[in-house]
Amino acid sequence: MAPNSSNGAVAPPRQARSRRSVWGERAIELLIYASGVSAIVFILAILFFILREAAPVLFSDRFSLTQFLFSTEWYPTSASNVRYGTLALSAGTLAVTVLAMVLAVPFGLGGAVFLSQFCGPRLRESLKIIIELLAAIPSVVWGFIGLTVMSRLIVTYTGAPVGVNVLNGGIILALMSVPIIVSIGEDALKAVPDSYIEAATAMGATRWQLVFRVLLPAARNGLLAAVLLGVGRAIGETMAVLMATGHAVQIPHGILDSVRTLTANIAAELGEAPAGSEHYQVLFLTGVLLFAITMLVNLAADLIIRGVRARK
Amino acid sequence: MAYSVDPPPADTAAAPAIPETDAGEGIWTHKLNLWYGAFQALRDVSVHFRRGLITGLIGPSGCGKTTLLRCFNRINERYPGVRTAGEIRILGKNIYDPDVSLVELRKAVGMVFQRPNPLPLSVYENVVFGLRTHTPRSELTRRLLDDEVERALTEVGLWHHLKDRLGARATSLQLEQQQKLCIARLLPLKPDIILMDEPCSALDVEGTRAIEELMFQLRGRYTIVIVTHNMAQARRTSDECLFMLLGEMVEHARTADLFLNPRDSRTAEYIEGRYG
Repeated sequence: MAPNSSNGAVAPPRQARSRRSVWGERAIELLIYASGVSAIVFILAILFFILREAAPVLFSDRFSLTQFLFSTEWYPTSASNVRYGTLALSAGTLAVTVLAMVLAVPFGLGGAVFLSQFCGPRLRESLKIIIELLAAIPSVVWGFIGLTVMSRLIVTYTGAPVGVNVLNGGIILALMSVPIIVSIGEDALKAVPDSYIEAATAMGATRWQLVFRVLLPAARNGLLAAVLLGVGRAIGETMAVLMATGHAVQIPHGILDSVRTLTANIAAELGEAPAGSEHYQVLFLTGVLLFAITMLVNLAADLIIRGVRARK
Repeated sequence: MAYSVDPPPADTAAAPAIPETDAGEGIWTHKLNLWYGAFQALRDVSVHFRRGLITGLIGPSGCGKTTLLRCFNRINERYPGVRTAGEIRILGKNIYDPDVSLVELRKAVGMVFQRPNPLPLSVYENVVFGLRTHTPRSELTRRLLDDEVERALTEVGLWHHLKDRLGARATSLQLEQQQKLCIARLLPLKPDIILMDEPCSALDVEGTRAIEELMFQLRGRYTIVIVTHNMAQARRTSDECLFMLLGEMVEHARTADLFLNPRDSRTAEYIEGRYG
């Protein structure tokens, strides 16, 4: 008989825990569950909100979805003939993003490989701190640099009539994306099991062979994720491209043409559009379009990764 | 310490210099010392691993046997703060000479690790990884690669099981097959020496038996050095055995002699299981 048990029975171990600690644990479990689910709730709520604002125009007679998606004519405040065509804006977003990625991916992945394989621990630590600092610069500051410094350089060296254009926006966005690609890419490379590296080294692989034959293939998924986060940043970036791309609604024919992006367009015009007006609703629809584009990018990435896995 | 402290036997103290004539045979070390930072892991190790034999390295944890093994392909140097003094002669050349190519050294000295570590590629690509690393692309015909894959996998007894699954991911195989594959991928490079660092410690009884049988097949053609914690395995598989303690070589003899008539009392006590 347990001497300290009042009813004479041996106390089962569960009773040793107070009711309070049991409830406490339940509360914590609930809290963790809620934070896990909240991501889904938030994304649905955001989608619902922008759809609700955009919905009326979708069903109005004066609006055509085909025109919205495939016309380059964006005249939201025209007195005689209002036209809402976002193709030029989508083209602007695409041009700036593609250029930014062309510049940022080689530098970003190169930086990640350098940090993980080719530099000493001291240099690595200081570089990582600086790169993280780079990621923390506010986008309006980047836009300011684009508008003043970069724009003047572009005019001087390319002879373009205007310095704010696709090239300017692309460079600025690349500078903003590189830190993300470097730090996430470096994490992905660091996560490659040391046993792979040791195996390849023991077979006499040089450092470059190690990088190209083992590290990059093994870290492929993580590196793809790094690049996509960079793409996401580039598509979604607003203030910097607003200031650096010249704000001209046209399909660019070269990297020295000025453009306007979907995001910049919303930022610039939403303040002027009367709440609830058709213009206002179309801007929200542009938001839905952006949302859809990012979803597609993520989905494509997911499918690529799955495809890569399936082929193994 | 649980063992009695005897003076080191005379033959390790006065290590004979490496004879020049015989230097191409197996592995010679001469007064090899190694430090991890301030910690000395190897002390004046002078030993000769004979060509074509299987030599077991035994001793308690931390005695330096794995460190010694990892000197022979200089993979120890991956870690920062490793300092080595002394000489290791492989194929008639001191591998610490400045003109030694690490790539060539590692081509001649293959290594099998404690945990099977095939690369995350297909079975086929794992086997030809070494060839692709060491041969210019223009010399690698599909035919040549196919032949090498078949030969290497046949030699380790995997061809029959895997010939229809050459594209399968190597990391999805059973552990035993993975470890055999790790041996197979060394063979196309025609190494002289195969280093094995507890190659069976992650395997079950059957897997261990399979790897040991494979070692017997490779015996004679390759100089094999195997580190093992398993005394029974050392006894079963090795021709000669080297007992190490606290970074020093205590005794090196034919396996039967070492286990039946150890010359050093520390060896005897270790073999009896008094410590370790």
